[in-house]
Amino acid sequence: MVAKKAQAGQFVILRIDEKGERIPLTIADYDREQGTITIIFMEVGKTTKQLGTLNVGDTIENFAGPLGVASEVKNYGTVVCVGGGVGIAPLYPIVRALKEAGNYIISILGAKNKKLLLLEEEIESFSDEIYITTDDGSKGHKGFVSDVLQKQIDNKEKIDMVMAIGPVIMMKVVADLTKKYDIKTLVSLNPIMVDGTGMCGGCRVSVGDKTKFACVDGPEFDGHEVDFNNLMLRNRRFLKEEEDACKLKEVK
Amino acid sequence: MTVKKTKHAMPEQEPKERIKNFKEVPYGYDEETAIEEAKRCLQCKNKPCMEGCPVEIDIPCFIKYIAEGDFDKAAEIIKAKNSLPAVSGRVCPYEEQCEGVCTIKKIGEPVGIGRLERFIADYERKKGVKNPRKVKSTGNKAAIIGAGPAGLTCAGDLAKMGHEVTVFEAFHAPGGVLMYGIPEFRLPKEIVKAEVEYIKKLGVEIKYDVVVGKTISTEELLDKYDAVFVGTGAGLPRFLNIPGENLDGIYSANEFLTRVNMMKAYKFPEYDTPIKIGDIVATFGAGNVAMDSARTALRLGAKKSYIIYRRSDVEMPARDEEIEHGKEEGIIFKLLTNPIRFIGDDKGRLKQVVCIKMKLGEPDESGRRRPIPISDSEEVIDIDTAIIAIGQNPNPLIPQTMKGLKIEKWGNIATDKNGRTNIPGLFAGGDIATGAATVILAMGAGKRAARAMDEYMRSKKLKTNISKKHKVLAY
Repeated sequence: MVAKKAQAGQFVILRIDEKGERIPLTIADYDREQGTITIIFMEVGKTTKQLGTLNVGDTIENFAGPLGVASEVKNYGTVVCVGGGVGIAPLYPIVRALKEAGNYIISILGAKNKKLLLLEEEIESFSDEIYITTDDGSKGHKGFVSDVLQKQIDNKEKIDMVMAIGPVIMMKVVADLTKKYDIKTLVSLNPIMVDGTGMCGGCRVSVGDKTKFACVDGPEFDGHEVDFNNLMLRNRRFLKEEEDACKLKEVK
Repeated sequence: MTVKKTKHAMPEQEPKERIKNFKEVPYGYDEETAIEEAKRCLQCKNKPCMEGCPVEIDIPCFIKYIAEGDFDKAAEIIKAKNSLPAVSGRVCPYEEQCEGVCTIKKIGEPVGIGRLERFIADYERKKGVKNPRKVKSTGNKAAIIGAGPAGLTCAGDLAKMGHEVTVFEAFHAPGGVLMYGIPEFRLPKEIVKAEVEYIKKLGVEIKYDVVVGKTISTEELLDKYDAVFVGTGAGLPRFLNIPGENLDGIYSANEFLTRVNMMKAYKFPEYDTPIKIGDIVATFGAGNVAMDSARTALRLGAKKSYIIYRRSDVEMPARDEEIEHGKEEGIIFKLLTNPIRFIGDDKGRLKQVVCIKMKLGEPDESGRRRPIPISDSEEVIDIDTAIIAIGQNPNPLIPQTMKGLKIEKWGNIATDKNGRTNIPGLFAGGDIATGAATVILAMGAGKRAARAMDEYMRSKKLKTNISKKHKVLAY
């Protein structure tokens, strides 16, 4: 059911078992015919670590979606798609959709190292240009996605839009950079959520000094308006509890 | 015969004990007390109590059966109108409804109608609820969006009329606000589950994890079903819109209560969802949700739990019983006090709230006296956690995604008194139509909508049958 409706930019909420937490994960791919949704996640907390231990054929208690507003797909012209780490996963369907809408796509993918670089081939097949950066230089440019983005801005005649998904700090750096050149920039936010359907208000983010709810107003917002510092602060709310939960349940 | 002027008391857990646990506060009547209380009813001819009941229960009748000791018959009378009596017997504002107009109020306290309803519901549940009689199917199919009090009532009533009913619920559990909002100590979740089981026994199917507007559209439901009811409730919490409101340690009441009630964060780490509150908690607002939040904070271990409210005690919207319970448990009420900003430490953790004293002026458009700030009256209060409980707006998903649906100013769905929207076959009721109100009003709306849907489906069928006949004749 979720696969039938899924669109680029949307997310799902899942829960592993009766006692589990509801966590949001952005959709990395979908197959309407097979009825499947692909999610790619990093093992950062108890739920994702447990999710990592499941095998093909295992089931989880709950899976609801697709949630959030889909990406606005249209012909912008030249679009730079910036993905960092596990953020590359949700970027993939957006790259594909934007390419199919006739955009000229420049993809910039960043990862810690070559091994952790996701979906390079898939994204390349829908990109007109692709650039890789790694923190350790094991592939492509050694450094940050923003270095490459700066070069692109310097070299290209015109960039109509930048789409950035990755760690909050990466999206902040990208948005700060494009603001200087007044390039429209969208970012996909990942605040802590509980219900994900516009009820609890836990995922509130400050956008242009207004309180917005990532689950129903987002997850994509104008990167120049987002208060990234507040998002980072609110995403640290339960770090200690998460750590304790992992230790107690002996999830590694 | 003289009538006892006061209600029979309902035994309760001692405040000192109960703030250490999440168990229900009142224990309920035993059989003897229930019979004695039922005998206080005058069985008056004009039955004002029934006028005050949003779900139209034949109140004097069920009370008469209790007085005679026939509890099964009493249960039958209640269940004929109300599929969720254990819920309404606990959370209804009786004092404003049935009990508010009880004839013996002229000489003393009204009959404890709420307590009697609760007694019967609990009696029946403990004894094992009888399977309802199967009703002949009409062949009509109805879809209900949201398994909260409005949706469940509407579903139950439609099933009793013989329609096939499917409920689509976005969460992993049924009950809506009964599950995520109202705390265990006021409405045990086992009771909600038992009431939902009864609705299912009536033939209602509930599908979870279906977010209508996203997983499936309202239009698709209108195509597949003969009538659709929207009971998606109040969603998006309102905030104070003051500086520092997004600091770590500030929750909306919805987030706070959902974590604790539905996700069972009070049992963390046995359950995965965390909550943390520190020593001093301040809840802003003075409605039932605020009382629930402040009392929950005590049970999570808060040493001090404040209610901070900008008007005076007269204007507090919460039920007297909730306020009384809160006071007994040691909630500190700071009235005529309005927050103006939150202060955090260098890590963004909430540390303090700055408030200003208020005085009451002339009545405003709500009829309540308008609070006016008193200059130079700022006060800084140390707090670790803030809970914002100043109301919420209707859930945005269906108003946002259903094209052509008439929406009112606050984002609620426009309906007539029977829940009809501007779209044929689409009905709505409860908080999504009225804005945040009470469980029983939502149940009443679900009930009226069920009748209107029944009428709609029957007349639609009649028309289709007639047009079929005409077609035959035309050949």
